[in-house]
Amino acid sequence: MILDNLPALQVVIPLVGATICALIDRRRVAWPIALAISLVGIVISVALLAQVLAGGPISYAMGGWAPPYGIEYRVDVVNAYILVLVSVIGAVIMPYAPRSVAAELAENKQAWFYTMYLLNLTGLLGMAITGDAFNAFVFLEISSLSSYVMIALGRDRRALLAAYQYLILGTIGATFYVIGVGLLYAMTGTLNFVDMAERIVDVESSRSVLAALAFLTVGISLKLALFPLHVWLPNAYAYAPSVATVFLASTATKVAVYLFLRFFFSIFGARFVYADLPLTEILLVLSVAAMFIASIIAIFQDDVKRMLAYSSVAQIGYMTLGIGIANLNGLTGTIVHLFNHAVTKGALFMAVGAVVMRVGRHDLEGLAGIGRRMPVTMAGFVIAGLSLIGVPGTVGFVSKWYLAAGAFESGAWLLSFLIMASSFLAVVYVGRVVEIAWFREPTQAVASVEEAPLSLIIPTWVLVAASVVFGLDAAFTAGVAERAAEALLAGIL
Amino acid sequence: MDSTLVLLALLVPLVAAVLIPLAGGQPNLREGITLASAGILFVIVASLVGPVLSGARPELGGFEVLPGLVVGFRVEPLGMLFGLVASTLWIVNSIYSIGYMRGNGEPRQTQFYVCFAVAIAATMGVAFSSNLFTLFLFYEVLTLSTYPLVTHNGNAEARAAGRVYLMLLLGTSMLLLLPAIIWTGILAGTLDFAPGGILAGKAGPVLTGVLLGLFVFGIGKAGVMPVHYWLPAAMVAPTPVSALLHAVAVVKAGVFTLTKVVVYVFGVENLASLGTADWLAWVAGFTILAASVVALQQDHLKRRLAYSTISQLSYIVLAAAILTPISLVGAAMHIAAHAVSKITLFFAAGSVHTAAHVDHISRMNGIGRRMPWTMGAFTVASLSMIGVPPTAGFLSKWFILEGAFSSGRWVPVAVIIGSTVLNASYFLPIVYRAFFREEEPHPAGAHGHHGHGEPHAHDTHAHGGGHGEAPLPMVIAIVVTASLTVLMFLFPGLPLGLSEAMMETRP
Amino acid sequence: MDFLQTVVSHYNQWIAVFLMVSGLYIVVARGNMVKKLVGLNLFQTSVYLLYISPGKILGGTPPILAAEFAVYSNPLPHVLILTAIVVGVATLSLGLGLVVRINEAFGTIEEEELFARDPEA
Repeated sequence: MILDNLPALQVVIPLVGATICALIDRRRVAWPIALAISLVGIVISVALLAQVLAGGPISYAMGGWAPPYGIEYRVDVVNAYILVLVSVIGAVIMPYAPRSVAAELAENKQAWFYTMYLLNLTGLLGMAITGDAFNAFVFLEISSLSSYVMIALGRDRRALLAAYQYLILGTIGATFYVIGVGLLYAMTGTLNFVDMAERIVDVESSRSVLAALAFLTVGISLKLALFPLHVWLPNAYAYAPSVATVFLASTATKVAVYLFLRFFFSIFGARFVYADLPLTEILLVLSVAAMFIASIIAIFQDDVKRMLAYSSVAQIGYMTLGIGIANLNGLTGTIVHLFNHAVTKGALFMAVGAVVMRVGRHDLEGLAGIGRRMPVTMAGFVIAGLSLIGVPGTVGFVSKWYLAAGAFESGAWLLSFLIMASSFLAVVYVGRVVEIAWFREPTQAVASVEEAPLSLIIPTWVLVAASVVFGLDAAFTAGVAERAAEALLAGIL
Repeated sequence: MDSTLVLLALLVPLVAAVLIPLAGGQPNLREGITLASAGILFVIVASLVGPVLSGARPELGGFEVLPGLVVGFRVEPLGMLFGLVASTLWIVNSIYSIGYMRGNGEPRQTQFYVCFAVAIAATMGVAFSSNLFTLFLFYEVLTLSTYPLVTHNGNAEARAAGRVYLMLLLGTSMLLLLPAIIWTGILAGTLDFAPGGILAGKAGPVLTGVLLGLFVFGIGKAGVMPVHYWLPAAMVAPTPVSALLHAVAVVKAGVFTLTKVVVYVFGVENLASLGTADWLAWVAGFTILAASVVALQQDHLKRRLAYSTISQLSYIVLAAAILTPISLVGAAMHIAAHAVSKITLFFAAGSVHTAAHVDHISRMNGIGRRMPWTMGAFTVASLSMIGVPPTAGFLSKWFILEGAFSSGRWVPVAVIIGSTVLNASYFLPIVYRAFFREEEPHPAGAHGHHGHGEPHAHDTHAHGGGHGEAPLPMVIAIVVTASLTVLMFLFPGLPLGLSEAMMETRP
Repeated sequence: MDFLQTVVSHYNQWIAVFLMVSGLYIVVARGNMVKKLVGLNLFQTSVYLLYISPGKILGGTPPILAAEFAVYSNPLPHVLILTAIVVGVATLSLGLGLVVRINEAFGTIEEEELFARDPEA
């Protein structure tokens, strides 16, 4: 009984939890609820992934209304993987949250923070699991609205501006998405992904479908912060509370990438998108621009969180690059990088969050000598930084390997050199932090701080360890990613 | 049994790296751990020599990172030779380090020994790797673990040097070496080293030339110009680190990798028949001569030694580029010969720094009389660099020349002769100065800049005070390595056996 | 003539496009944060029209099954847009809430003044 309803429970449990947190409005109650729900989320998503790996896609009729009339939740390898990713990151940051949130937020706002976290979780999981285009919009907005609130909770007043800016751009993006879906609905008469994919073949030459593709591409690209639609991201990540930054950086853009994959490959079909339209070229150019321009901007940032945020824009470039390469290795690179980057960037933002908790600032100068005062935290930062660079033995290397191999196979050998060159830029900005943190004399403020508490160090190191372990034994992550890529590419392989 | 030994060779230095910080508070115990693990490692590696010489190839089945990407180990003769050299010199270097670090009152000694141990573990990984991916993995670990050593002094100069070091080594390996590896994997369908080369017959002449270029310049540790610049930059590090970089691990890992790539990835015969590898001899020849000329102009002893290293490394590259079995034997021999000689030279430079607080050659008049052991060893090693018998350098040079003659190419021959003259003209004046010039009285503080930025930079007052020899551990280490230089000439059986096994028996 | 007919017969879409573009223009061109939100809302509302108007079929009746009617209007767009309106209201109210907070924190809601006062922002 419960097993059959897992797809619904995955979304409903955090939604109910959010309501309870909001109604009780007590910090001491909200956190345990959020923790428990995030753990349950892992169990459900792993169970779903296991089911899918063993028995193929699961179709779940929400509320008993059979598709295509009712809303279908459809779990295949691709989104089961995303569900696991979101749930795991969501759960890993929960033990980290109470100390960090307590240090950064006023007491009466903390319960609301957990409420927003659970709503965000609901939205992201919902986007990933649903098989209905309009339902995906609703979840997209649930996750977006809650993330605006989470960002605005940051204690720097510029957080408000960041949230406002994100709200404007995010809403434009979401509305573009709705327009695209509306046009597709007008042409195919359905909102169900599977149905849509079947019917679109008959109408694909129409201008409405092309317009729909354009609107969807731009709308989703805004959410996933594809260069040059990334302008909302750096400020949002820089001024949000540390926990929110960790969560958003590791999950939000990843789910948007998933939606991108879903529309490109499952609905429009790779043949339509790649053979008849110049989308490959556009994607490749924008991705390479992201990889280089965002990395170079990151080098010149004086704020660690902003620096990492720009680095995220560059890393998103890697993901879209794989979509542009569009062969098995390239797409596997994209999908495995969703996980790898989530783990790596999560660890980095967690380490910075621990520093923020102790020192109270996140500009580079404020970090002078912090490596000597908080060696465990900063050692984690260094290792995760190596993964960001893509040193062998870390997850970053695995992604880069697939992407570069994909580029070579598609004959675009120049592209694989560009991948390496841009990852070299990461050496520069990670190196800057390392130099300041370890080789500068501690400032007055830094000299008196202690190592971060265990509740922050352990989650950080869980992600650090994950970025090494899955870098040395990528059979599982890359295996699942490859199966997902195969499923997506079924149209053109 | 043998595969357990391989595993142990990798684990022993790592265990040491864990134990050293635990004993951080007690310097004697801490150094004891370093020495003990160095000794154990040597015994382990030495016990592998017998089986390898008799044809065994101990393997350690690794684990799969990705399909086709395996971390695996397999001890073949060249790796055996490199591992043996590194593990032997780790002992000597540890003894020397203890004297140097204490004698100069260096800070952060625990961190120093930890990074050192990790670097040795990485070196073992490089030496015993059975495929390109494993080699690359440990190659990068070696770069990263030596970065804190290069920046050990922590001042602005050291940080700048560290930046150059990291940028050049990581940059070349990521931008050129990694694409080369991926490309090789796609072309050959495997990354496992195999006799005859995995690329033989898989790539045309032009592509082979391009790939070889990617490898040569991607392996920045081999110091082929123009990617040599990290070596002189890294001179700000304490002397034991320079010894590690120049003799034990880093540059040797570079030329070792390059040799291995030529032999087991491209295949000597394959390269020779394609004919697109000729440019490598020119590049190597240019590096040899140019670096020698630059060395000639350096007054800072360690900088002169650094450029000498660049030149000597290209001997090995040149030997590999001649592409005859006999020259590759010479290449392998030169890895060992240069290691023992260059470590002696650096040890001597460090001894002079510690005892006399002098770094510049122009200030070393008469120093040989105060420090006879140090400068005596320096002389022996200098002869080896030039290639004069009875030293190890003579042997390796002999093989390289023989290979060059047998291939009928005049460029390598001319380069070797020319560089021998240059070597002599930048080493012998130092020896002459140290032993035959009169010590000059120096006014205190009249010294120019110095390479050591710590607050206790005593280089400012001139040598000429009441100093004698360096601390005993340092002298012991110097004498041992100098003796090794001579012993390798007298009893070349072991390195020669391994070098020949590389070319003759199928690994 | 055909062309003109096509243009006129799609008048509902022309209205939607006009509203859409003017809404976006306001978002981009106005520095006042409240006006930006008004523009945003206009933009969203245009999409509601885009959805709903094709659902209306001339001569169609509400979709209640009965023997005498054969042509029904499509109810699904209405349902969808009802949801979208809820989302739009939530976005607008959150946006206005943010503007109030920005006014408290910075003392202005004009972007130009804001950047002039606080160059870091």
